[in-house]
Amino acid sequence: MSRRLPTGGVIDRNRTVTFRFNGREYSGHPGDTMASALLAAGVDLVGRSFKYHRPRGLYAAGLEEPNGLVTLGAGASARPNLKLTEIELADGMEAHSVNCAPSPEWDWRSVNQLAGPLLGAGFYYKTFKWPHWHLFEGPIRNAAGLGEAPTGPDPDRYQHRRAHCDVLVIGGGMSGLAAAREAALQGRDVILAETDFVLGGSALWRGDTDTCRAIEHELRAMGNVRILTRTCVFGAYEHGMFAAVEHCLDGTYAERLWLIRAGKTVLATGAIERPMVFADNDRPGVMLASAVHAYVVRFGVLPGQRVVLATNNSSVWPVAEVLRDAGAEVTIVDARSDPAEPPEGVALKAGTLVHRAKGRRRVKAVDLLSRSGASAGALDCDLLAVSGGWTPTAHLYSQMGGKLHYTADLAAFVPQQDDGQISLVGAAAGEWGDYNIDPIWEVPGPGKKFVDLANDVTAQDIAIAAREDYRSVEHLKRYTTLGMGIDQGRTSNVNGLAIMGEHTQRAPGEVGTTRFRPPYSPVTLGTLAGPDSGMTFAPIRYLPAYGWHLEQGALMEEHGPWLRPAAYPRGGEDWQTAAQSEAIHARTGAALFDGSPLGKIEVCGPDAGAFLDRFYVGTASSLKPGRARYGLMLDEHGIIMDDGVFVRIDEQRFLVHTTSGGADRIAAHLEEWHQCEWPDLDVAILPVTNQWAVMTVSGPEARNIVHQLDTDIDLTDFKHMQWREGTIAGLPTRILRASFTGEASYEINVPASHASTLAEKILTLGARPIGIEALMILRTEKGYLHVGVDTDGTTQPQDVGMAGPLKRKTSDFVGRRSLLREDGRRADRLQLVGLNSGDAFLNVGAQVLAPEGQVPGPTDGHVTSSYFSPTLRRPIALALVRAGQARLGEEIELYDMGKRLRATITSPVALDPKGDRLNA
Amino acid sequence: MYRYSAATLLRQAMTDQKGWPAAWRSTSPKARYSVLIVGGGGHGLATAYYLAKNHGITDVAVLEKGWIGGGNTGRNTTVVRSNYLFPESARFYDHSVKLYEGLSRELNFNIMFSQRGMVTLAHSRHDLEAQRRWANAMRLNGVDSELLDREGVRSLAPALDFSEEARFPILGGFVQKRGGTARHDAVAWAYARAASSMGVDIIENCEVEGFEIGPEGPTAVQTSRGRIKTGAVGLAVAGNSSLLAKQLGLRLPIDSLSLQAMVTEPVKPVLDTVVLSPAAAVYVSQSDKGELVIGGGLDLYTSYGQRGNLPTAQRILAGVLTLFPSFSRLRLLRQWAGTVDVVKDSSPIFGRSPIPNVFLNCGWGTGGFKAIPGGGWCFAHTIATGEHHPLTAPFALDRFEKGALIDEAAASGIAH
Amino acid sequence: MLSIPCPHCGLRDEDEFVWGGEAHLVRPRLDCSAEEWAQYLFYRDNPKGIAFERWHHRFGCGQWFNLVRNTATHTIEMSYLIDAQRPDL
Ligand SMILES: Cc1cc2nc3c(=O)[nH]c(=O)nc-3n(C[C@H](O)[C@H](O)[C@H](O)COP(=O)(O)OP(=O)(O)OC[C@H]3O[C@@H](n4cnc5c(N)ncnc54)[C@H](O)[C@@H]3O)c2cc1C
Ligand SMILES: [Zn+2]
Repeated sequence: MSRRLPTGGVIDRNRTVTFRFNGREYSGHPGDTMASALLAAGVDLVGRSFKYHRPRGLYAAGLEEPNGLVTLGAGASARPNLKLTEIELADGMEAHSVNCAPSPEWDWRSVNQLAGPLLGAGFYYKTFKWPHWHLFEGPIRNAAGLGEAPTGPDPDRYQHRRAHCDVLVIGGGMSGLAAAREAALQGRDVILAETDFVLGGSALWRGDTDTCRAIEHELRAMGNVRILTRTCVFGAYEHGMFAAVEHCLDGTYAERLWLIRAGKTVLATGAIERPMVFADNDRPGVMLASAVHAYVVRFGVLPGQRVVLATNNSSVWPVAEVLRDAGAEVTIVDARSDPAEPPEGVALKAGTLVHRAKGRRRVKAVDLLSRSGASAGALDCDLLAVSGGWTPTAHLYSQMGGKLHYTADLAAFVPQQDDGQISLVGAAAGEWGDYNIDPIWEVPGPGKKFVDLANDVTAQDIAIAAREDYRSVEHLKRYTTLGMGIDQGRTSNVNGLAIMGEHTQRAPGEVGTTRFRPPYSPVTLGTLAGPDSGMTFAPIRYLPAYGWHLEQGALMEEHGPWLRPAAYPRGGEDWQTAAQSEAIHARTGAALFDGSPLGKIEVCGPDAGAFLDRFYVGTASSLKPGRARYGLMLDEHGIIMDDGVFVRIDEQRFLVHTTSGGADRIAAHLEEWHQCEWPDLDVAILPVTNQWAVMTVSGPEARNIVHQLDTDIDLTDFKHMQWREGTIAGLPTRILRASFTGEASYEINVPASHASTLAEKILTLGARPIGIEALMILRTEKGYLHVGVDTDGTTQPQDVGMAGPLKRKTSDFVGRRSLLREDGRRADRLQLVGLNSGDAFLNVGAQVLAPEGQVPGPTDGHVTSSYFSPTLRRPIALALVRAGQARLGEEIELYDMGKRLRATITSPVALDPKGDRLNA
Repeated sequence: MYRYSAATLLRQAMTDQKGWPAAWRSTSPKARYSVLIVGGGGHGLATAYYLAKNHGITDVAVLEKGWIGGGNTGRNTTVVRSNYLFPESARFYDHSVKLYEGLSRELNFNIMFSQRGMVTLAHSRHDLEAQRRWANAMRLNGVDSELLDREGVRSLAPALDFSEEARFPILGGFVQKRGGTARHDAVAWAYARAASSMGVDIIENCEVEGFEIGPEGPTAVQTSRGRIKTGAVGLAVAGNSSLLAKQLGLRLPIDSLSLQAMVTEPVKPVLDTVVLSPAAAVYVSQSDKGELVIGGGLDLYTSYGQRGNLPTAQRILAGVLTLFPSFSRLRLLRQWAGTVDVVKDSSPIFGRSPIPNVFLNCGWGTGGFKAIPGGGWCFAHTIATGEHHPLTAPFALDRFEKGALIDEAAASGIAH
Repeated sequence: MLSIPCPHCGLRDEDEFVWGGEAHLVRPRLDCSAEEWAQYLFYRDNPKGIAFERWHHRFGCGQWFNLVRNTATHTIEMSYLIDAQRPDL
């Protein structure tokens, strides 16, 4: 049965689009929402309610719709929980009602209605405690929830844009259009945002569409106006920033997030109608009067033939007229005792309330009640339009802390316009025409009287909350879930708090409203994240010689943000085996390690030495040009922050090396201290990490290889911890003799773009590439510290064998004072040692047990690094152990996820303690 | 106290729900109380309850400037866990989790403590190692922990991205099965109701504005509802601690920052545990109602605004979608924030203050919901005896001078 | 999203900046008492209302500067150079 009127509506009757709803095919016209098309097609049932699974029909025409929720699409491209009223109809759409099985017509969970009396406000707080909540929680979870989440990664893309304007007008109804026009004529840059896909707002049914079109044309012709339709401004943030989401139809992006910084904002967001609260006011066929108005005029759909208009105010008069004109039989049931004359041809019952709606799957009749409480008979009807008054849409105003105050004349919370940055116009400011409301918050009598249709909150629930003293509006909301559904309480909040007020002898203004929270309307997570999720969330960094490593068979692994070779497996071996032979090779031949991510910061200026003295545990200023020294840096809390070798290039220039992970952090740290604490020191800090690639040649054969490079650097008498610069094959080059392997090493720096060429050259001279894993084996054999692995957020320099340098230095440096506190002087701190566990392998993270060996029981530390040493042919490990440096030789017990192991505490250095290999 | 049960629900259903008594008594302040608790959040209310129950002290009022539970207690993401690295933390938080386990029945109020487990993800070999340390430490601390391999994680949270291309590959993780979530408001209400039934006065809309301090400590407090005499004051005001400290002439090692939470529209069950990724700095669970509950790092500057900023929210959501790409089309329903009391080592500040008979319970920062029963228990002990409770002694204010921080952030690295 | 006036670059969006905590802290000498050191490291005014703080224009000019900001409303009163005196407000 079609309910489409023969003429009228802002729809394109020349074209037809088809779509499917709950498995059946329907058609509509461009300009329809899915809601209007279904209504035109005579569909009464669109869903089931959240808690009781009562049959529900369309209730509204806009974003306030509480009932008609669907999942649009399926599988990975499903969009759950869309309101039928927000879906702009397009060909081929497929939608399913949420939370009813198998369909809105037949839903087995409707048995919940039988238990209805038990399911009052807060019932779940009062039961399900025995024997255990777990037994009940599963079924409750399955029953809750609305639509099904998509099943795969999102195929759509989302864009972010920023914009600035002098005036942002939110809402494209008559008031918004007028405000935009006025600002534009004054030469202001204007953005006009409208959620709907056409401009006009309620003028599309209540006003004059032609005037709207005329203003729209005028605005579109001006260069200083940008009109964004299908764009919902959902959040108000600091300093005039508004966030909006635009639904895009251009095919490239599904949605676009706009961040708009506006000098001034005009809220022309209109008002929303409230339901009336009487028994079974949720039956299909009960609708907001404004929705009926919109369906008739904007969409050319007549939702019913025999209409009762239940109201407590005058705003339904025009609704009655358009219904009458469309051929319906209309009776106004008005709570007020002496309303104005009804429109011609419309019946009026004054001083009368609708007491109950009858009919299960479609309203059939209403019972009436006089204001005195006597029965006033019944009326047959097939549509019940209700108006319990209006509420200005001031969400965005309230989000930024704007206050709303209750105006008894309007029976509404109206913005207090005290802020120069945001102004409200039209219905959003509580300006609406002939109104004369006599609020009836709750019609007396028994039955389920819904206040919040989205969450199935009834007037009785509010009464329970009042009785139990959940009186504050926040308690009311939380205890009953009033206003917390997907419609965000658009139609329910004011009725709910007013009813609470009646139970507790308070006017609505004394009960107050809750502060609105963003977003105004639900926003897709993908839109908010935009291009910043997935691979771009934390961008991966690539070595300059990335391709070359792949050619060598490197297995890449992420370290910090860098993708680095873990090892170069050969002939089908696994990476662990490869790492073992790479480590052997470094001890017997020559290894090539790509150390490019190593942090490199030049610190220059007359005060460079003095400046660095304020950071290093050791001293920098005494270093001679061309020499290098190892240094630890602390944060102001005395915690080891980073380590590395620093070089003095000349009197006024130092090259600070940091760990790969510390490169950016340490540069920022030095900058901060310089700018904020010691601006008087004449230094400049220049990070050069990315400028230089570093190829490190290491091992007994390293010297031979370096000597064969075509370099003008004097390699004679080039000792460990020295630094020289010159060229290799004509390229600027810097070579540092420092070692993280314990073998004689040359860290060769060349401009980053020449990394592969140098690597290839070194390879042809006989070095073998080694990965991070081999490097870690080598440095652990030598007991070299790996900051962040062998240390954590509690480790101080005295814990890692740096007590000596600390004693030798007298001056202050960052973090020093913190070391002198009681805790820093404890003898039982965790200290870095080696562990010899014989043949047994210790996992990193195994805990050292206290001498009593109890589990659970106190811990005496933990293993921080652990490898099998191919050179020593046994497992080696480093650990932080309580007072460990004084316990060398002691046997300890370890615990690892149920297993117990034994080990002997040793020096951290397992290989070549004298360092002969370094100088070989 | 009126017993809540299935039977009372039935009885009330038959009498049209007319017989429900008030959950707690709304009262006006008396002229004097032995003990005043400032702050009607979880910690303040639990303290009042344990003062009455464990120590027989009932001449107590809880003064709340707004509505009870309206601070962080009613704004948090409800994660309850005791998977702490350091023994000091583990002992305290596990005591709290154990109290949670019996709370619904003890207080005769279903707080919906749901031990659906808390999974921490490992995305690299380094993460795996760090988590082995953590899991072992927990066992030594007497707290349950299990390491998970990739398949183990998949069985608990199949919606995560297990593909090869994932930005954060899932190598494994570890789980505390006794961890989970509870209904935040219910915790506040349940304690309020139980405390009220034992004689404690719960006074809402009563803001503490000043103190009168004598040689032995406080003699009275000034409030928006008049002057109230007292002999002892316990402060449990979270993000407002520095402001009340200022009234007492003290400074605290606290910064107040916004911490946000977000929920999506409800969907059918897709996530049956709490998932935390330190690398992405986010955590997610699904409420019984079906909403995904999302949290992450702090907003980046101090604020008393109780509102979250957008860049942080976007960053958190980007992290969630990096882990769970299929959540991209779900919609954000609400975003909000609480003002949390952040301490450098992310451990609480607990016990005596420099002023006699003024006691501090603050510094819970991003993680004090799980601590409510334990915090109330120990705070009641401190107020009743004037001494530290052994479980909270390590969290005294003097640790900042000694440098004896208990830096869990260095281990867990994330807010929740 | 704050709009922050960098004294070097003008108004820029918050996401270009890093907050650096209370401004005008005086770093005590090495021989200070444990209490002084703790005050400097940990104790903060943490006011509700006007706060003097340091900010870093990390993704901009790279400079640190001082900002006067209301922590309750997020209104910004002014910004000034890092080494300038604290203004009387
Ligand atoms: C978004 C978010 C997520 C979180 N997630 C978790 C989580 O998952 N797990 C977890 O364990 N913790 C979490 N937390 C932290 C946790 O919520 C808090 O640590 C905890 O609730 C603190 O409880 P409280 O009672 O100390 O403070 P609150 O609940 O904030 O109570 C303090 C009360 O003091 C009142 N008050 C303040 N000043 C005055 C005054 N002058 N006079 C009278 N009353 C006053 C306030 O109105 C408030 O009600 C989260 C916090 C937030 C904000
Ligand atoms: Zn700048």
